[in-house]
Amino acid sequence: MLRSIAQAGVVTLLNLRSMGQRLGASMAAALGVAGVVGVFVAVLSIGEGFRATLVKTGAPDAVVVFRGGTDTEMNSILGLEQTRIIADAPGVRRGADGALASAELFVVVDVPKRSTGTEANVPLRGVQPPAFAVHDRVRIVEGRRFETGRNEIIVGAAAARQFAGLDLGSSLGWGGNKWTVVGVFEAAGTIAESEVWCDAGVLQPAYRRGESFQSVYVRLESPDAFSRFKDALTADPRLDVRVIRESEYWEEQSRMLRGVVQGLGSLVATLMGIGAVFGALNTMYSAVAARTREIATLRALGFGGAAVVVSVLAESLLLSLLGGATGGSIAYLAFNGYQTSTMNWQSFSQVAFAFRVTPALILQGIGASILMGLVGGVFPAIRAARLPIATALREL
Amino acid sequence: MKYLHLIARNLLRKKVRTVFTLLSVLVAFVLFGYLSAINMAFRMGVDLTGADRLLVIHKVSLIQSLPQSYEGRIAAIAGVRDVAHASWFGGVYQEPSNFFAQMAVEPERYLRLYPEFLLPEDQKKAWLADRTGAVVGRQTASRFGWKLQDRIPIQGTFYRKRDGGRTWEFTIDGIYEGKEKGTDTTQFLFHYDYLDEARQLDQGSVGWYIVRVADPERAPEIGRKIDAAFANSSAETKTTTEKAFAQSFANQVGNIGAIIQAIVIAVFFTLLLVAGNTMAQAVRERTGELAVLKTVGFSGGKVMGLVLAESLLLVGLGGGIGLALAWGLTSLGDPTGGFLPIFFMPAKDLVVGAALIVALGLVSGAVPAVRAMRLAIADALRRG
Repeated sequence: MLRSIAQAGVVTLLNLRSMGQRLGASMAAALGVAGVVGVFVAVLSIGEGFRATLVKTGAPDAVVVFRGGTDTEMNSILGLEQTRIIADAPGVRRGADGALASAELFVVVDVPKRSTGTEANVPLRGVQPPAFAVHDRVRIVEGRRFETGRNEIIVGAAAARQFAGLDLGSSLGWGGNKWTVVGVFEAAGTIAESEVWCDAGVLQPAYRRGESFQSVYVRLESPDAFSRFKDALTADPRLDVRVIRESEYWEEQSRMLRGVVQGLGSLVATLMGIGAVFGALNTMYSAVAARTREIATLRALGFGGAAVVVSVLAESLLLSLLGGATGGSIAYLAFNGYQTSTMNWQSFSQVAFAFRVTPALILQGIGASILMGLVGGVFPAIRAARLPIATALREL
Repeated sequence: MKYLHLIARNLLRKKVRTVFTLLSVLVAFVLFGYLSAINMAFRMGVDLTGADRLLVIHKVSLIQSLPQSYEGRIAAIAGVRDVAHASWFGGVYQEPSNFFAQMAVEPERYLRLYPEFLLPEDQKKAWLADRTGAVVGRQTASRFGWKLQDRIPIQGTFYRKRDGGRTWEFTIDGIYEGKEKGTDTTQFLFHYDYLDEARQLDQGSVGWYIVRVADPERAPEIGRKIDAAFANSSAETKTTTEKAFAQSFANQVGNIGAIIQAIVIAVFFTLLLVAGNTMAQAVRERTGELAVLKTVGFSGGKVMGLVLAESLLLVGLGGGIGLALAWGLTSLGDPTGGFLPIFFMPAKDLVVGAALIVALGLVSGAVPAVRAMRLAIADALRRG
């Protein structure tokens, strides 16, 4: 047993040292694998980044309330009376200025994208004064907050980057009113940064919403207070609402885009993987063919078939790992942190986000490269081990 | 032609390698087919829109509704030939991920504006007579296995019934087919009257209008006229051609589509590079044989032709099967389970694919072929 391990080690070393002679073909195989892994990682990083932006938005004690049966804020409607009942419900955290509950309106406005100049639906959110305590990661980085009752807006940093005309001090015409940008805010990379905010009381008449709202964002006393809060609201005959943790809500919102990206990404990566396995098979078969005499000599000297199999597999694995690492690194360098924006299909509004190449994605990519290396190496390895020694020695 | 046998023998010399090279070219061209379909999907069918159709939406945004009373006023504008309205229902069938477009329409007018939706006459009659009836596109019908006369419950999201109920029941009275390959057959259409009479709020409002103009050349001008007619009213409008509308949707999705395509293109060329390298290597190994061919009297040009023909044959076979496979696979529908309603490979990309096959065959054959032509017999024989 020990002897065969030692044999395998020697033959593998011998094999790897001679790889330089087959550089062209070896590099082509590694390139194929690098392409697969690069694509796999790059495409999935789109979905990963989109999800990260949405999911990290919700703190564990953050909850959002809509009208029952709705799947996005966009479709919901809540009366003033209902929003008051929600704010007064048990479990809601209370600060010096009252309950941490903000009844909000959510509409979209047309703003041109900076990159293309074409119009895009940017979300405009009307909020109540407690909003800054409820969405506590929102920080003004330039200018100031809007004043209650005035046509003033503050703009998320990502929205200001992606869309034109949202700079501090500029004015915009939406819903028959003129709005002035008085501040820019950051929100720790969460979805709020894609939005534009104003006073809900000003937005209601501008969009003819009367006294109605669309959602209530609430912070609870603790994450555990969720069921108490939810039960109280669902049991209340005056209400018909859907209570959901913010984190779950945003997870739901990212599902469609991730579906598209994952569907396409897996398809392309699978096809590409098949192509790369053929490439690796070709390389390894020619590597074995080129070394026919050498392998036969080794066998004649008494080296076992297992040692030969291991050596061929090792070469194939090394090549594919090299390719996998290269592909993963290229995807990381080219795409990690790449800023863009797209439409969130669930609410027809724009979300600005950055691609995220996570360690888990790179590991998955390298895992795939190992698989390709194994598949691409195992058949040539078996052929190498089965070479009839006498005829092989005579060859060439 | 008389050399075909020789070329075939050369290809079959190393069967395993030939088969794998063929397969990797094949895979590359299947990928090419998907690339072309993805491109189509992300362009949102911009190329398929009717040139004579305009869309009238609320000036603020698509989600704001317009009064139903605009219909008559739009119809009265000179140059407008036909007008219909549609309203987004946005309901949920079983679960939110089962997304498809549901629209409340006036059946006859809507079908008149979309002649690319082919509905058998008897089904159309049944639909017109059935207030809670609906027609659905072939793609959505097969996605959920719906048949004629099935009862389909859909949960309203923003629309509730007056009795407080959330569930809207529809009977499938018809299944429409697309006139062309790219026609959207994912829509679910039902009577506007059913919606308007039963809903709690927003009576008398519609989502948007679709207008057919008599002369596509004058579409922009008529669009301006429509907008002018409602200027300074409580609901101002924005009229665009259907093409511009689809384009703006495609723009909203942004460069995600472009990035995915760039990646797939990179992949495609990587695969070609790998395959090309293998083919070049196969010829290099036969240097000695080529020298023998020259010795027995084959001219340099003829040897070059043989090598080129060999690579063209290999790539043509692999690429041809790949393209055919891609054509078949993409017509099975999109790989994301219904998120991309327009997903097919346009015929013009078959031509592009064929051109790429020829180019690949020539390029990967060119270097070894030229080498083969210039081969000095004595040198080559000594090396081999």
